[in-house]
Amino acid sequence: MEKVIFEYHSQPAAYVPVTKLAVANKYIPAEFLGSVELDLPQASEQDVIRHFTALSKLNFSVDSGFYPLGSCTMKYNPKVNEAVADFDGLAGAHPYAPEESVQGALELLYELEIFLKEVSGFQGLTLQPAAGAHGESTGILLIKAYHRHKQPAQKRTIILVPDTAHGTNPATAALAGYQVRQVQSDNQGNIDLAELKKNLNANVAALMLTNPNTLGLFERNILAVSRLVHENGALLYGDGANFNALLGLVKPAELGFDVMHFNLHKTFSAPHGGGGPGAGAVGCSKELTPFLPVPRVRKNREIFTLDYQPKNSIGKIRSFYGNFLTAVRAYAYFLALGAEGIAKVGRQAILNANYLRQRLEKIYHVPYSRTCMHEFVLTPQPDWAVNTLDIAKRIIDYGFHPPTIYFPLIVHEAMMIEPTETETKETMDTFAAALVKIAQEAAQKPEILKRAPQTSPVGRIDEAQANRQLILKYEKRVSG
Amino acid sequence: MDFIGNTAADNKAMQRDLGLASEEELLKDIPPDKIIRQLLALPAAASELEVKRRVQELADRNVSVSDHACFLGAGAYDHYIPSTVPVIARRGEFYTAYTPYQPEISQGTLQSIFEYQTIMCNLTGLDVANASLYDGATALYEAAHLACAHTQRNTVLLASTVHPEYRQVLRTYMQNSALIIKEISFREGIIDLADLKSQLNDQVAAVVVQQPNFFGCLENVQQMGKLAHANGSLFITSIYPISLGILQRPGEYGADIVTGEGQSLGLPVSFGGPYLGIFACRREFRRKMPGRIVGESIDNQGQRAYVLTLQTREQHIRREKATSNICSNESLCALSACVYLSSMGTAGLRNVATASLEGAHYLAGSIANLPGWKISFKAPFFNEFVATVPGNIDELNSKLLKNKIIGGLSLAKFYPELKNSVLFCVTEKRTKTEIDTLVSILKEAL
Repeated sequence: MEKVIFEYHSQPAAYVPVTKLAVANKYIPAEFLGSVELDLPQASEQDVIRHFTALSKLNFSVDSGFYPLGSCTMKYNPKVNEAVADFDGLAGAHPYAPEESVQGALELLYELEIFLKEVSGFQGLTLQPAAGAHGESTGILLIKAYHRHKQPAQKRTIILVPDTAHGTNPATAALAGYQVRQVQSDNQGNIDLAELKKNLNANVAALMLTNPNTLGLFERNILAVSRLVHENGALLYGDGANFNALLGLVKPAELGFDVMHFNLHKTFSAPHGGGGPGAGAVGCSKELTPFLPVPRVRKNREIFTLDYQPKNSIGKIRSFYGNFLTAVRAYAYFLALGAEGIAKVGRQAILNANYLRQRLEKIYHVPYSRTCMHEFVLTPQPDWAVNTLDIAKRIIDYGFHPPTIYFPLIVHEAMMIEPTETETKETMDTFAAALVKIAQEAAQKPEILKRAPQTSPVGRIDEAQANRQLILKYEKRVSG
Repeated sequence: MDFIGNTAADNKAMQRDLGLASEEELLKDIPPDKIIRQLLALPAAASELEVKRRVQELADRNVSVSDHACFLGAGAYDHYIPSTVPVIARRGEFYTAYTPYQPEISQGTLQSIFEYQTIMCNLTGLDVANASLYDGATALYEAAHLACAHTQRNTVLLASTVHPEYRQVLRTYMQNSALIIKEISFREGIIDLADLKSQLNDQVAAVVVQQPNFFGCLENVQQMGKLAHANGSLFITSIYPISLGILQRPGEYGADIVTGEGQSLGLPVSFGGPYLGIFACRREFRRKMPGRIVGESIDNQGQRAYVLTLQTREQHIRREKATSNICSNESLCALSACVYLSSMGTAGLRNVATASLEGAHYLAGSIANLPGWKISFKAPFFNEFVATVPGNIDELNSKLLKNKIIGGLSLAKFYPELKNSVLFCVTEKRTKTEIDTLVSILKEAL
């Protein structure tokens, strides 16, 4: 393994002119100045580059191979996105520069809003949320503001969340001050309409729904669900984590969603960055638009401005205007694909997922055996002496990233596989062949799976140990 | 141009294997009248060359800090970025990976975050740091939220000298959790300690300040920390990490939680994002921290290895009982900060801080000599300061732009009482010539 950067002891390069230490004392009273030397790494430029290059080689990434991580939409990240995000006029634009000097940046945001509204059918949109969960909380605050304005006297204190939902949904609702009620799915993996009816009442503010859901299944009763929710005076929130299935195929607003977040880092090809930065744009209906966060980008006679005035806005949810360079990448993606390319995305993602599902469903157990959308869920056969974790670790030895595992929670030992539209039949065939071999190993030589992975930089890691004895930073250890 | 790898023949073969007469059979769960049948109102598909041309056209309509002398800061700083930072951050192995859920093949991301956490602890003087949050504003909210949960109190005393947008973000979220914010007023550019004292009571969960504050001035953090602790409240500071090259570390003046905007550590100003939310705290709060945390463990061969830890705090396990709803961090930005500080080292960071300080004081000294101009506050400052202007700031800034200079921020929007005031910032990138040019234009203009 690569050593820690603090274990290097070499001469750093000079990046800025050397200054005199005494300068600080001249301008600032001693009580404000630091008294101890900071303990930062001391490494030469060559060591820094070698160290981080070595670390990079320990990572699996979309650029290195197939990454079928369900619900994460690990599609290819086009390189033109990165190239344009580096343009001086974008990376070097200061957020508080006078508006007349950043017209290009404002136009880009304005146009991206139009593109996202066109593919979703929503009337209002904000690009400010920095991530999917941040978009969720923004959407829930819009819902709260809407109810408060519409019926100030009525206290809608409950948010309904299906049992298949991402963990962020109930966490978001609870942190916004709502009580969370879980709604069960039926035996087809859809929301159970009878259960929904039972839970709907005058105290319900909204239902948070992911469509397709985390089983990769289209919510067949979506129109009935949205009708029931709306008849109750509640709103329908869409978790757009799985929007890739519907891109260019269906507009969520037309299914009855009132508000939805988009993950620009999933559906719109911005990279995931090892866990961020992402961006979680939020689209909404006309009724919710007055409550969108400030500032809004406006266009008047070819001049773009930032509007902080809307008096019913929920306020600001992040500094400045969100993850701008992530928006730039999504914008480049829209330009490249255009109307023709966007029309193919959802359809191809669905075809790829069904092809792969069909290749695997005779060998693995498929808890919901029906046409899937962009992803599907498998489990090990009950007579194998291995669990999902073992299979996932063995997949690493065959050169692929494992699927999402142990999610959704309603499927015991779930493996959730999402190939995305950018992968080829050939890649999926190779992956399927590996999974077939792993199934044979699971049935005949389960110990191979228990020992996996063997080919990765480190073996299985003791997560319990990490929780028991917390080591959350590097500390110099006494040698010997 | 799309990025679909399959040929038409591949697609046909897949459909055949699936036994489909048409691809439409895969869409049978979708209400048929909701399926989009015609092209959407989007631009026509474009080649890479055309995409670059269009985005370049937009980029060219912005003023950039790369060819203008920038004296604008206010939460987004034009510091020098060493060449090492983009080289590493542009490695596909880092930027096209996801959250390190499979640690055996994610040690690169995990170890770099572990190193980032260590550097943030060393920089702030606190015990633990997380893997990063969205930005300085949301990090500050998470700190205030933690303080209320920890102390079981419902009020936060918020310095009016904290970045105005951070205060707005706090207000948005706190209102919706039925928590109360009270602002502490300022005098002479820093917090009025008498006002702070008068507002302390047994419902105050935390005192929240920014150091250096929004005006660049240094707050009396030692005294404020003592007052907060004597009241049983937590002391939270929002920091500008570059300043810690010379300023006292928050751990030494009693901060319980430190948050901050990490953009200055190797990230471009980027029209406001992606940025880096720093979050560090004392050991006793570590199980209540928001966001991802990386811990060291061992693998089955006994080798040192890293893994996401303390996950029982998080939304995917705890759902509605989680400490926060955060899932993403700003991992790649944390990597950039890690490479930045690893490249700079202790002396390099001190040079950046000292040069910024010196440049700002040189500019302030020159402005103080201009007729009609005044440095607004007497408090010591780091690399930003407020000046009172004898004229129209917007017109002045337009004139500066024509001379390839980005002027300071007019404070009228955020502080109506300071309507003739401008906030200037100087970083180590500003040369003496650039500062002299700015001053000569200011002199001529008004």
